Parts: sequence; C-alpha cells; structure tokens
Amino acid sequence: MTNALIAITILWGFVFIYAIMASMDFGAGFWSMVYLNRKKTRATNVANRYLSPTWEVTNTFIVALVVAVYSLFPKATNTLGTILLVPGSIILLLLALRSAFLVFSNIATEYKKPLTYISGITGIIIPGLLISVLPITHGQMVDYENGTAQLNFAKFLTSPNAYAFICFAIISTLFLSSLLLADYSKVSDEKEAYTVYLLQGKILGPLSLLTAFLIMLTLKREASWLYDRMMEDLLLLLLSTLLFFIGWASLFFPTSKTGEKGMPRIAVVTVTAQYLLASYVYGKAHLPYIVYPNVTIQSAFTDPITFRAVFFTYVVGFAILFPGFLYFWSLFMNDKRYLRQQ
Amino acid sequence: MDDLLIARSLFGTTMAFHIIFATIGVGLPLMILAAEILYQKTKDRDYAVMAKRWTKAFAVILGVGIPTGTIAGVQLTLLWPGFMEVIGLVMPLPFQIEIYAFFIEALFMSIYVYAAERIAPWLRILSLVFVGIGALSSAILITNVHAFQGTPAGFRYENGKFSDINPWEAFFNPSFFVTAGHVALSAYIVGAFVVASVAAFKMLKNRSDSTVYRFHQKALMMSLAIGGIFSFLTALNGHETAQYLHEYQPEKLAAAEGLFETQSYAPLTIGGFTDRESQSVKWGIEIPWALSFLAGNRFDTVVVGLNDFPEEWWPPLFVHTLFNAMVGIGVLLILIALIGVGWKKVWKKERFPKTLLWIFVISGPLAIIGIECGWIFACTGRQPWVIYRVLPTAEAATTAANLGILFVLFFCIYVILSIAVVFVLLYYFRKHPVLDDLKRNGTMISNTKS
Repeated sequence: MTNALIAITILWGFVFIYAIMASMDFGAGFWSMVYLNRKKTRATNVANRYLSPTWEVTNTFIVALVVAVYSLFPKATNTLGTILLVPGSIILLLLALRSAFLVFSNIATEYKKPLTYISGITGIIIPGLLISVLPITHGQMVDYENGTAQLNFAKFLTSPNAYAFICFAIISTLFLSSLLLADYSKVSDEKEAYTVYLLQGKILGPLSLLTAFLIMLTLKREASWLYDRMMEDLLLLLLSTLLFFIGWASLFFPTSKTGEKGMPRIAVVTVTAQYLLASYVYGKAHLPYIVYPNVTIQSAFTDPITFRAVFFTYVVGFAILFPGFLYFWSLFMNDKRYLRQQ
Repeated sequence: MDDLLIARSLFGTTMAFHIIFATIGVGLPLMILAAEILYQKTKDRDYAVMAKRWTKAFAVILGVGIPTGTIAGVQLTLLWPGFMEVIGLVMPLPFQIEIYAFFIEALFMSIYVYAAERIAPWLRILSLVFVGIGALSSAILITNVHAFQGTPAGFRYENGKFSDINPWEAFFNPSFFVTAGHVALSAYIVGAFVVASVAAFKMLKNRSDSTVYRFHQKALMMSLAIGGIFSFLTALNGHETAQYLHEYQPEKLAAAEGLFETQSYAPLTIGGFTDRESQSVKWGIEIPWALSFLAGNRFDTVVVGLNDFPEEWWPPLFVHTLFNAMVGIGVLLILIALIGVGWKKVWKKERFPKTLLWIFVISGPLAIIGIECGWIFACTGRQPWVIYRVLPTAEAATTAANLGILFVLFFCIYVILSIAVVFVLLYYFRKHPVLDDLKRNGTMISNTKS
C-alpha cells in the first residue's frame, strides 16, 4: 500500500466513525425532541441518557476529520475550502446552534421545550448538509474559472443525486439512532421506550434501503464513472444488502420465552457492517479522486516526512486514548447503575 | 470593503468571540480543582459547593466554547485555504495533537459530570485533572501554530516551493514555549478574576454577616490569590515575550512602541497615539532608556525602528494602543490582587469597603479585555504576513466572493449565543441559589454520617 493510500484509509476511517457516531448523536437529539410531550414512554429520557455524556466526544471527531484532511492532503485544501465555503459555513452555523442549545436545554429546565426544538431541528438538518459534500466531490457541480474551482449552486440545487444523498443521510440518521436507542432502552429496562424505538427501526429500515437505491439510480445519470466503478464490486454491494436484511429481520425475532421480540444489538452490528461495506465500495470507486477530476490523492498528498510524523502521532495518540475510551464506554454504555437510573 | 478585509473581519469576529469562552474554559478547571483540593484538605463544605457550581457554569461555557472552537477550526480551512495548505504541509502536528487533547477533555468532562457519584473521590479529582490538562494542552497547542506564524521554522522556502520539511522542528519553533506560556498563564488570570468578579458582586448584594457573604468571600480570596500569582508570572513571561519580538520580529516591537528611528538608549512610550506623519507618538509619556532595557536588559541595546523596514511591511500603527492596554491591565490586575489579599491578610481588616468590592467586580471584564487586546495585538502586529516573511495574508485568503453574507450570518449567531448564554447562566443560578446548595450539601453529608 502506498503512503497516499494509507492516508486516505485513515481519512475514510474518520469519515466512517464520525458518520455512525453523528447519526446516533443527531438522531438521538431529534427523538428526544419528538417524544418530549410523551413523558410516559420515557423515550426522551433514554435519548438524553445516551446523548448527554457523548455529544462532546462525537463533536471532536468532526474536528479530527477536518484536521486529517489538511494534514494528510494539504494540496486539496485550496479546492475543498473554496467549493465547500458556503455549505461548510451553513453546517457550522447550524452546529453551533445545535450544540449550544443542547447544553442550554439541560440547564434551563423551565425553557426545555423551545430549546430542545431548536437543537432537535437544526440537528436533523446537519447530516443532510454534511453528506452533500460527497456529491459535490463528484465534480459535476464544480466549475473552473482561470484554474480556481467554484461551486455551481444552480447545478447543486437541481441535482437529483444531491437530493438522494440528502434523503439517505436523514433517513439513515433516524434509522441508525432508532436501532441504537432500541438497544440502549432494552439494556436500560425501559419497556415502553423500547417498543417505540423498535417500531421506528422496523419502519425506517426499508426506507433507508430505498433511498440508497435512489442514490445509485441518480448516480448512474450524473456521475456514471463512479456508478460504473461501484458496480464492479456488485458482489460486495449485494452482501451489504443481505446484511441489512439480517439486521432488519432480527428486529422481529423473538428473544425470550415471555414473548419479548427483537434483537436490536444484532441489528446495530449488522447494519453498521452494512454501511461499512457500502461505504468501502463507494470510497474505493471514488479513488484516486478527492475532487473529480482535478484533485487526486497523489496530487494532494503531503510531504512524506510530514506524513510519517502525523502517522506517528495517530498511533501514539490513539494508543494513549484507547483506555480512556474503554473506561468511558464501561461507565456510560455498560454500567447498569447509569443505564437503569430513574 | 474588499474580500480580504471581510475574510479577516469574519475570522477575527469568530476568534474574538471564541477566545472569551476558550480562555474561561482553560481557567475555570483550575479554579474547580483548587476548590476540590481545598475541600479535601479543610473539609469545609463551602468549597465542595463552589466546585459543584463552577462545574455547572463550566458546562454552559463549554456549550459555546466547543461549537465556536469547531467553527474556528473549520473556518481556517474555508477562509484561509492558502495558509492551511502550508500548515498541512509543514506544521500539522499541533492541530493533530490538539485533537487528542480535545478527546481527553471531552471524555473526562463527561466522566466528572455524569459519573461523579459512581466513582471514587480520587478518580473524580483525577478526571478533573485530565479535564484541566486537556484544556491547557489545547490552548498551548493552538498557540504553537500562532508562534510558528511569527517565528516559522522547519522548512526551506525558495521560489514559492517548500523543501527540507521537518515538522518536529516546526513544532519546536523558537517562540513556542514563551508564547504558549503567555497564553496559558493569562488564561488562568481570566479564570480567576472572572470568579472574583462574580464573588465580589454577590458580596455587594448580601449582608456582610450572612452565610452567603462568607461563602463568596472564600471564593473571592481564593481567586484573588490565584489570579495574583498568575498575573505576576504572566508579567515575567511577558517581558520575555517582548525580548523575543526584539530578536525575531523587530518591526512588531517597533510598532508596539511607536519607535521609528533605530537607536540605543531607546525610550519606552506609554499611552498616546502613533502618528505616521510626524513619526512620533503624540500625547504619550516617555520613559528614557526603558525600551532598550526591556528589549535587551541593557540600556545601550540598539532597538530597531520602523524606518529600517519598507513601509508596506509595517504593521498597523494602532497596535501601540492595544499593546499598552494589555500591559496596563496586566499591571493593574497584579495591584488589585495585592490590595485584596493584603487587606485581609496583612492589614487584617474584617470587611471590604464597597469601592474595593466594585474594583474586584470590574477585574473580570478587565482581564477579558486584556486578553482580547493582547490577542489582537499579536495577530495584527504580524500583518501584512500570515506567516512571517513567507506568506502574505492576502495570498492565503479564499478566492470565493460573497463573504459579506456569511459575515452577517456568523455575526448574528454570535449575538444569539451571547444573549442565550448570559440568560441561561443567570436563569440557572437564580433558580439554584447558593443557600439551597449549602443546605442540601449540609444535610447530605450529615445523612451519610448518621
């Protein structure tokens, strides 16, 4: 594997981890808003129990992602920075409102409702905007004037492919977070919240798959180079679909003799694997382009000595952090005293 | 306004807003830690209550500090792609390592807040230490990038090409330690005096024989002591920072002092306004020989004046005022802390007079104005360069137009967040008065004892 390939794999790793964690995070914020008035189900409590300790950690991944882009592929920053100026700025504005009002809603309890509405609604728009970075890198919406790239908004706003991606991101956010919260409420012994989230998972699953097909359909027309290359790995895409069906079906399996249904933990694992496979196929087909057709991983790659130093900090940094993550996980995901609090 | 000026205004507004929260976010954990340690030592419950209440405030501050920090980090790439291209190539390590500092802070902040009652007291304090280390490291690391902008190192730059890149040499660039130290120390000043402000204000609002008054008096004494120590350390370090300017960025020091002619026995000018036409500082107070001594510890040190540089390399001359404001506030804070501690410990006075309390109240806002001036001085004083003598600011900016709308949008968000954060803090502490916390804490402890 060349250094540039290692670098793009690290970057892709960050994108994937952030995509999954952000889906859980923004989705949980949204559901916490939806069930605000239905106190009896305690669905809001479960969502907040997950969200409160994790949002800062999740947010750090987006910073890690941006830092990884310019430290591994500095020569892509000019193009990326310019074409993403407007969508990136809108994401930042929404993210600021979302994070701040999420914190405020937990402190100013009397005003919880309006504050939660602001953070919940801004939060569910963000994944849609974040994913729009992908169709932009496909190149068909980027114009070049005297060598500098500009985003063509007219093309962006009329691109069915971009809308397919946006729908996919929002539905996936709702789907993944429902699965996670179903699992979380199951281990937390929150029966009513569990029923709510399980049902959502059952409904949203097929919808998410549908939007994924929509992406492929529109991709064929708008960026056929990418579509063709993704189809070279059709087998993996089919395997990914199969994983989805296993995960979705597990929501209907009976788990105990008392008649309780659903194995959300299996669904969380298989569906994450489904997204992992699909994003691998997408990422592989996207190579070597960062922004098609002018910026490639080779042309944008950093200095080899800098790469070695950055790679070194990744290895050392995550080795040091790993016990911290484990401890965190054991306290908030695996400790019955936290999960089953009233 | 041209696009470059809008880009600078937009990023400057982001930073001006962010550093208030970032600085308090670095300073406050030290105060919480000090309160926790004092509680373990003295078993005085007031300190436990302080730690608890400051942690709440800290969480709210982080609620703005984290997203605005995210904005600052991403906006760097969006507005200054030319700059970040060079940073990515030569100086990515501080940003890279800062990520781990963020993770440490985020992980242990959640553990300290949401797992407090499930973990042992020593683990709680350890979590807090990690939060403090995370916050401090991120301040030090981001300042390292700023240090690199002033004293770039670790590469060769010829004909627009970078070669012989050594990212660790860039990381340990000449002014790293002195600049990062300056920012870290001054953050602790801000944390301490912001607490002093609130405590003094509460003392003004309560009778001097009440429990609440005594509670806030303890907080005030603690914050004045910590604030005083760090103000003094910052002054020592500030002297060293000035000497670094003398050595590495002489035109910045010359602009800070309004010095046009190169000379030995150079005077230090306090106050006044630098006048480009007459090449002098108007209405300033001159202290003969002082600048030479400041720059090189000797009165015959030759200090380079602005006239030795082409005029297009001159920083804006108003930085003289910013520099004066920063130094002036620093000195004032040392005095305020000395008077406060002296009043109680040396002169053994029972109560603070109202005027003195009001002075303590303004010390927090003063400290924030101080760091704002210092920061604007540091960045404006480097102009026209974004990386000193390597990359002009104009060449680093985005080529995208229509930045004006973005500027307005971000400005609005900062206004909304400012109003909301003040409102939420006031609301929370009005709903949860100190007395409630003191009572609850008291019964909780007596319950566990019985």
